[in-house]
Amino acid sequence: MALLDVQDLSIDIGGIKPLDSIGFAVDKGETLGIVGESGSGKSLTALSIMGLLPLIGGRVERGSIRFDGMELTRLPEPDYRRLRGRRIAFITQNPMTSLDPVIRVGEQIDQVARLHLGLSGSAARRHSIEIMERLRIPEAATTYHNYPHQLSGGMKQRIVIAMALAANPDLIIADEPTTALDVTIQAQIVQILGELVREKGVALILITHDMGVVAQACDRVVVLYAGRVAESNTVSAIFASPRHPYTQALIGCIPRNAMERGSLVGIPGLVPSVARYPAGCRFHPRCTRSESLCEREVPVLERLASGAEIACHVADKHEAAHA
Amino acid sequence: MLSYTIRRLLLLIPVFLVVSIVIFLIIHLVPGDPIDNLVRVGSTPEQKAEITARYGLDRPLVEQYLIWLSQLAQGDLGTAIVMRRPVADLIAQNLPYSLTLGGLALLFSTVLGIAAGVIAAMNKEGRIDRTVMTGVLFGSTMPSFWLGLILILVFAVQLRWFPVSGARSWESLVLPVLTIGLGGMALVARVTRIAMLETAGKDFVLLLHAKGLPARRIQLRHVLRHALLPVVTILGLRIGWVLGGAVTVEYVFARPGLGMLLIKALSQHDYPVVQACLLMLAMAVMLGTLLGDLIQAAMDPRVRSALT
Ligand SMILES: Nc1ncnc2c1ncn2[C@@H]1O[C@H](COP(=O)(O)OP(=O)(O)OP(=O)(O)O)[C@@H](O)[C@H]1O
Ligand SMILES: [Mg+2]
Repeated sequence: MALLDVQDLSIDIGGIKPLDSIGFAVDKGETLGIVGESGSGKSLTALSIMGLLPLIGGRVERGSIRFDGMELTRLPEPDYRRLRGRRIAFITQNPMTSLDPVIRVGEQIDQVARLHLGLSGSAARRHSIEIMERLRIPEAATTYHNYPHQLSGGMKQRIVIAMALAANPDLIIADEPTTALDVTIQAQIVQILGELVREKGVALILITHDMGVVAQACDRVVVLYAGRVAESNTVSAIFASPRHPYTQALIGCIPRNAMERGSLVGIPGLVPSVARYPAGCRFHPRCTRSESLCEREVPVLERLASGAEIACHVADKHEAAHA
Repeated sequence: MLSYTIRRLLLLIPVFLVVSIVIFLIIHLVPGDPIDNLVRVGSTPEQKAEITARYGLDRPLVEQYLIWLSQLAQGDLGTAIVMRRPVADLIAQNLPYSLTLGGLALLFSTVLGIAAGVIAAMNKEGRIDRTVMTGVLFGSTMPSFWLGLILILVFAVQLRWFPVSGARSWESLVLPVLTIGLGGMALVARVTRIAMLETAGKDFVLLLHAKGLPARRIQLRHVLRHALLPVVTILGLRIGWVLGGAVTVEYVFARPGLGMLLIKALSQHDYPVVQACLLMLAMAVMLGTLLGDLIQAAMDPRVRSALT
């Protein structure tokens, strides 16, 4: 059984259903990529696992989230709270706004060790500085006393990562940890996260809309489109033979550096908003191969013998051809 | 921070000069004359002219202003024309009453306003929130003199818990403090609540939850701290307002104080007293704003680094 196993997850935010039957699994020492354009439901997937949907007025409507044998969807809040930051850590999408602007960054890292490891003031500080040094933050002892606005975006993201590492979590969910940063910093952050997986054996969920990052850092990948899984497979297989027309389009237009973030110019049209999801396959209005069936029937997610999963009426599902 | 404080204090000097000119002009250009209140009916124009000359009121306005200003610089507020006492004495006699009333009212509205705002925000959209906010709406729309009269009617006349007027005991403070403080409390509660709800939606708060901090601790230690920034600004502005706004309330409760002194002096056209009272109120507004800015800088490192 994998460390985290999400099955048939559907959520509800005030009557809106932005996620429909999402499923995937990730194990220790493994990196799972979740890709999809802006609005496809990546962040909401992360919030669901963190148990933080109530903060935005949402809830899990159906499905299960199993973590290390526990059913998280039924976990009481006090137990959930002890899990957050301790065993499941979260790296938010925007490092510019993710730190409390009026508290020194070092103290913000301390909080985690104080809360979950029971370390006291000076021990927590030593612990934090040690992690900062491990993340190659220059002059960690000085930076410790800085306020967020005194640091660059890349440094802030490292602080957020340091908070995520402070209690030695088993699972880290990184929600587009690099989109707000420039290219050289992006590569460094991805590298740092990769080292964590290899050296500490943590399970990493790396959310991104950048297929380049997926190719570089992930073992498996789940492609989300408009709140549903389009395709999921190992990274090598998905790059070798993408089956879903959406995945094919995504790979056909791996973003170059100069591209506007969040946009994938290779695919005409936009992800529909939650209120206007089309019937049938949600991708059909943008799909070059759509048939009349696609407009009527929701394609079910089929699991192939190799472990690949695909939800499409028109895709080629013959394994032998690719074996 | 220290150099900023000094710079801000120095900056008050030109503001003070402008305010003093405005006050001086308003008073001297408004029709009416203190001498009319002094001379007995039937005195000759010569007698009147003599008195006018004695107070320097026959000289050009610019000269009068400069004399007033130079005396002011030496700490001399002049002598009241009608009340015939040093203005400084009159102020010293009345100011403590106003400061007590204003200070207590401000304290009342700060403490209870913040508490009400926090409670409402933490029960967002629930029954408690609605009850608190309805009360707040009620409190903030009622004019203070009217509220004062109602309080007098209920608690002083009907129930006889507190005296109707005067300033002899601490009990006489209760109703005036409530009258001024309730409005302020409503304002502070509203600002606190909205600022807390707004802060609660920020990214960094989400991350605090993701770190596993208890929700209550996040609300009180992090969210409230941010919510207090706008509250401090409002309170700073209100310091001056409370001293000035106490005017009507002092009148309703017949309490001595700067407000009563001002009203009396105005009706008698007693220039030096009116000038001194208005100056005190203007100073309170200026110092209050400064104090608000300083506290805000102390609370927010971003403001501090913008100062240097
Ligand atoms: N609090 C909310 N209430 C209602 N709808 C929401 C809420 N948050 C997100 N949504 C909707 O759910 C859909 C998925 O949002 P989500 O934030 O998960 O997208 P995302 O894949 O993370 O996109 P991005 O790449 O821009 O971060 C979007 O259409 C969004 O408008
Ligand atoms: Mg997102």
